[in-house]
Parts: sequence; structure tokens; C-alpha cells
Amino acid sequence: MLTDQAGKGVHHDTPRPGHSAQNPLRTGGDLLQLVSPDGERISHPEFDIWVKDVGDEQLCSLYEDMTVIRRIDAEATALQRQGELALWPPLLGQEAAQIGSSRSLRDDDFVFPSYRESGVAYVRGAHLSEIARVWRGNASYGWDPLRINLATPQIIIGSQSLHATGYAMGVQLDGANTAVLAYFGDGATSEGDVNEAMVFAASYQAPVVFFCQNNHWAISEPVRVQSHVQLADRPTGFGIPSMRVDGNDVLAVMAATRVALDRARKGGGPTFIEAVTYRMGPHTTADDPTRYRDPNELEDWAAKDPILRLRRLLEAKGLLTEDVETRVKAKADAVAAELRSSCIDMPDPQPLDVFNHVYSTPNSWIERQKDHYSRYLNSFNQPVEEGAL
Amino acid sequence: MSKLTFARAINAGLRKSLENDPKVVLMGEDIGSLGGVFRVTDGLQKDFGKHRVIDSPLAESGIIGTAVGLAYRGYRPVCEIQFDGFIYPAFDQIVSQVAKMHYRTQGRVKMPITIRVPFGGGIGSPEHHSESPEAYFTHTSGLRVVAVSNPQDAYTMIQQAIASDDPVLYFEPKRRYHDKGDVDEAIDLSTALPLDRAAVVTPGSDVTVVAYGPLVKTAKDAAMAAADEGISVEVIDLRSLAPVDYPLVEASVRKTGRLVITHEAGQSGGLGAEIAASITERCFHYLESAPVRITGFDVPYPYSKLEMHHLPDLDRILDGVDRALGRRNSLSGLEG
Repeated sequence: MLTDQAGKGVHHDTPRPGHSAQNPLRTGGDLLQLVSPDGERISHPEFDIWVKDVGDEQLCSLYEDMTVIRRIDAEATALQRQGELALWPPLLGQEAAQIGSSRSLRDDDFVFPSYRESGVAYVRGAHLSEIARVWRGNASYGWDPLRINLATPQIIIGSQSLHATGYAMGVQLDGANTAVLAYFGDGATSEGDVNEAMVFAASYQAPVVFFCQNNHWAISEPVRVQSHVQLADRPTGFGIPSMRVDGNDVLAVMAATRVALDRARKGGGPTFIEAVTYRMGPHTTADDPTRYRDPNELEDWAAKDPILRLRRLLEAKGLLTEDVETRVKAKADAVAAELRSSCIDMPDPQPLDVFNHVYSTPNSWIERQKDHYSRYLNSFNQPVEEGAL
Repeated sequence: MSKLTFARAINAGLRKSLENDPKVVLMGEDIGSLGGVFRVTDGLQKDFGKHRVIDSPLAESGIIGTAVGLAYRGYRPVCEIQFDGFIYPAFDQIVSQVAKMHYRTQGRVKMPITIRVPFGGGIGSPEHHSESPEAYFTHTSGLRVVAVSNPQDAYTMIQQAIASDDPVLYFEPKRRYHDKGDVDEAIDLSTALPLDRAAVVTPGSDVTVVAYGPLVKTAKDAAMAAADEGISVEVIDLRSLAPVDYPLVEASVRKTGRLVITHEAGQSGGLGAEIAASITERCFHYLESAPVRITGFDVPYPYSKLEMHHLPDLDRILDGVDRALGRRNSLSGLEG
């Protein structure tokens, strides 16, 4: 086991917080909800304590972040339609899941996202141009992963769950007080890598949180194609406790994520969170959900919209003042404008950049091809000699 | 200088890397108390602890995928794939993640991962235990691929591979594990032959024979046999399969004008095809005859009672040498 390192690391016999009181893990079953779709705060005997510091100001700030990332999403979708982005994977409908979870993280925690976590990237401090440039085709990465402790968007489904687990094994070796969180979707739970990640995480009791956004659709396949049991029931077979939360309830997401991160930091091992949400848009801008989805379903979920729900809560608390509305709108407008300009003004990469960074040290094969292609490109600048044709 | 078996030489190299760099961790199936099915990691867990010599769950993709995460965290994982034919479950993590992470992050995240793969046949094993999958990986940009042929290189190159900031697939010829050779354990890595260089192991002037891994010994034996007939064969141990040290192979072919390439892997799309094409492009006018490939057949690795027919041996290599020289050979009369 990794936990044997003398004098360091996390030991199995580390005292854990009492599960019943402080760390209310449960397995599958009822959806954890702290705010109803009507915006009513539902009190919960075990989870309330995990969000008791979330006061008026923080609620407004969560509302701002959710509104801003919805605006980023709308602007990016528009940029794609206008030919400025090659593709965009919308996050519409998943704002509470992304903001509630990412706002629970510490700076020194490390996050391994899929490709849809643009809201998480925003919260972690990625620049807007960094979020856009992968989808514009200007680079294969956006941000420096080691600057904001957020790996690059992972396109191979579920692959990053293993990376997160390995990183968490490294955290154990270092004896560090850091948690690791992996995002993936309902479709990914069918992948071997996610299942292997749960095997490794359980075996080494790695400090990793598997945050599954069950948005009900893996492109055109409904979640029932992936699983006949609730996704939150799956990890229990690996010996990993799980929570099933209303992914459109930002407070519930926050509470569950904090519980899981706390557990990881205290040596309690991995936790699985199923955040039940809904992908209100297409899989990507190249997708057409009208071919496979009942429009009534979308309508049902629109009534459970995560931002609408938080607005209702804020209204009920008298917090949704004109001042707040104006401030949030101004912020969203500014962010959208910056996203647009930074996207359009982005310099194109240079042709020979294609050869850069394949290896960290010089490589004779790459060097030769780069040299030959450079000569080829230069040949267009040579005057054609008379008689050469 | 000490006399070590191939397996002990790798073991000594791993031990040295574990001693010199606290970020080196070993991962794999049965590598702990058992010491690996070939005993290559024998004693290392006892001496360095279970946190540095990690018995992994039986999941190859999991081993490589978690190694990616460890590399993200600043570690230098050395992963053992138990047998060549077991690497395929890890193929996606190797090709899509290990190989591409440096490019994807434009150098921000390095993948100093070494993947040790016992490879090749000749040990009478059942299916999946005797394969030569190296061409899948030499075709994958972002990986360095090496194959070692003798205890000294095994000792030196495992340390160079671990020290490399790029991912390295390190192929070990399992049928040579018990061969003994002199190993200079005090060798200075900074002045040793770099990881991406080939070596002339038998100098000669009539024909160049390129081999790697288990067939280097076979090719050297063939060169000795050819010498009895007055034919001078130059044997090149490729060592690095990606990138290939073409300047060295070119220099040899410019001298001999004739090229034979041999490997256990099947012929079509194999490394021999790439070398034949590249050498033809680079020194066509020096070639006296077409490059010759002496390889395994394009069949699944056969059951053990037939493997001696599949594996290139001394006589088949000599038949190839005869073909390159235009001497009477098994295909005389067939070639156009």
C-alpha cells in the first residue's frame, strides 16, 4: 500500500470524523436536495452544517458565477455559429454542478476535467482566451495545468479518472493535505478506465473525488443504456461510498463536494458523487438532439433550471435587488465581450509550430521533417528560374 | 566490472535509479514480494518499501493511467507490463495520453514514464507471451522506443530511460534474461552512449545487418559463421527503435552497399519496412542490391512447437545475407 511510507502519508488508522454527525455519507438512495426547484430552502439535519457559512453574499456570488458561465456558454455557441470557433461543447443546464463543485475546491487541490467543464476552468482562474483557444483550433491546450491546478480538457472519455487517481497516489506519497477531483459524465461510467480508477482508488485509499455529472445523455444515448442501476450505486461494489445529489441545486452540490473533499484530506479515501443534472443543449455544436430527444423532457428539466432555482431562493430571501441584478448582468456582459474579442484577436499559430513540443528533448526524426518542411515552405519564396518549367 | 545476467543487470539499474532519485517509483503486477514473474525486480520492494515498489491491481490501463497522474505530480514512474501481449489494454493510455501529453500541453506537463516490456519469443510459451509489438509504438509520435540486447546496455539504458523527460518504451528480450555479460556498474551516464544512438557491434565491410533486442546475438553469430565463408558482415545493434539512428546505419550502408534487416515481429508495416524505405531514400545510389528483410511471418505468434519456424535464426539471416550479395539463396530464380 502507498500508505506505508515511514513517518509520512496517510494511514488507515487515522481517526476520521464520525460519519453520522460530521461526515454524512450515504449510498445512493434519495436525492440530496437543499433547495427545491421552487427555490425553497430545505433543511437537512446532516448536510446543513456543510454550507452554514454560505451567507447572503456568497449566495449572490454563486449566482453571479452561474450566470457568467451561462453567458460564456451562450457567447461561445454564438462564436461557433459565426465560424469563430470550430466546435463548442455547451454546459447549459450544468451550471450548479460545475460551480457548486469547483467553488468547494482549494487552490492547492488538483482537478482533472472532461471537455465540458468550461465553468470549472472559469472558477479555477483560466483566462477566457485560454478557454476559447482549444475550440478555435489554435492550440491543443488552453491553460497551464500547473498554474491553476487544472488538467487540460480530456476528450478520451473517462481517461482522466485514472490520471486523478494516480495524482492522488502521488499526494499520498508526498504526505500532502491535498484533494484531487475528477469530472466525468454518465457515459464515462461504462468505460473500463473509470472502473479501473475506482479499483486503484479503493485499493490505495487515494484522496480522490469522482464527480460524475449525470446529465442523462451521452450524445444520443440515454443513461439507461449505460446502467440499469443508479450510477451512485455502482461505486459501492468497489468499496467506495457515494452520494447522489440534485446537480441543479448549487447548495446540495457544494455540501456533498465539501464532504467528499474533507474525507479525502483526512485520509478517508475516495468518494463518488453522482450529480443528477441535465444537458439542456446539444452534446456539442455539431450535434442535433431533436433527432433523439423528446422535447417534453427538455421542458420538464427547464422547470428545474439551476439558475432559475437560485434566483427564486434569492428572491425569497430578498437578495435579488436591482443592484445585484445590474452588477451580475454587467459582469456577464463584460466577460462575454472579453471572450469574443480575445477569441477573434487571437494570433494564428505559425506553420512550423506543428513540430514543437512533441518531445522535451531534440528528436532526429522530428528535426529532419521540420527542416524539410521548412525548405518546402521557403521554396514558394524562390523566384522561378527561367527555363525551369 | 561485474558478471551479471541480463535480468540482474536491469535489476541493478532499477536499484540505482531508486537510490538516486526519490521521485522514481516502480509499478506493476507481481513486482513486489514475488520480484516479478521474471524476478527482474527481485528484492527491490524489500529494500525500498511498498510505497516505491508498488504491486498494482491487475489492470494494465490502470497502471499506465495512474502513472500519468503520478507524472503530473512530479514522479517518474517505471511501469512493468508483465508480458508483451498484455500491453494492449494499456494501448489507449499509452497512445492517447502518455505520448501526447507533452505536445497537448506544449511542454508544460512532462511524462517521464518508463514502460518496461519483456518481449519476443523463443521460450515455449502459450499465446500472448511471445509477441513483438514494438512497431505500434514506433509509429506513435511522442514516444521513445528502445530495445536492449546485452546486460551492459540493459543496465545503462534503463537508467537513461528513467532519467529521460520523455516517455520511453523499454523492450527487454525475455529469452536473453539468463545470458551473462560484463557490466560496468560505475559507468558514467553522462558520457555513456546516448539513448537514441545505435552501435556497430561487429564491424564488417560486405553486408550490413541491422538487428535489435534478442536478434542481435543471432546476427552476431551469423556474422561469425559468414566470416568462415570469407564474407564480412557488419552488425548494427539498433538500440533505439524510435528514433532510429539513421546516420549510423547510412554510414554503414554507404560502406557495404547492402542491407539486411531482421526482427521477430511480422514483416508488413514493421520496423524493417521503415528502415528499408528510409535507407533507400537516403542512400539509394550506394545500394548494390535491394534491402532484404528477414522477419517473423505475417501470422499471429504461433504455438510453441512452430515458433522456431517463425523466428529468424542464424541460417535465415545468412540466407538473407546471400540474397543481398546476389549469391545462391533460397529464392534464387524467383526474383525479378
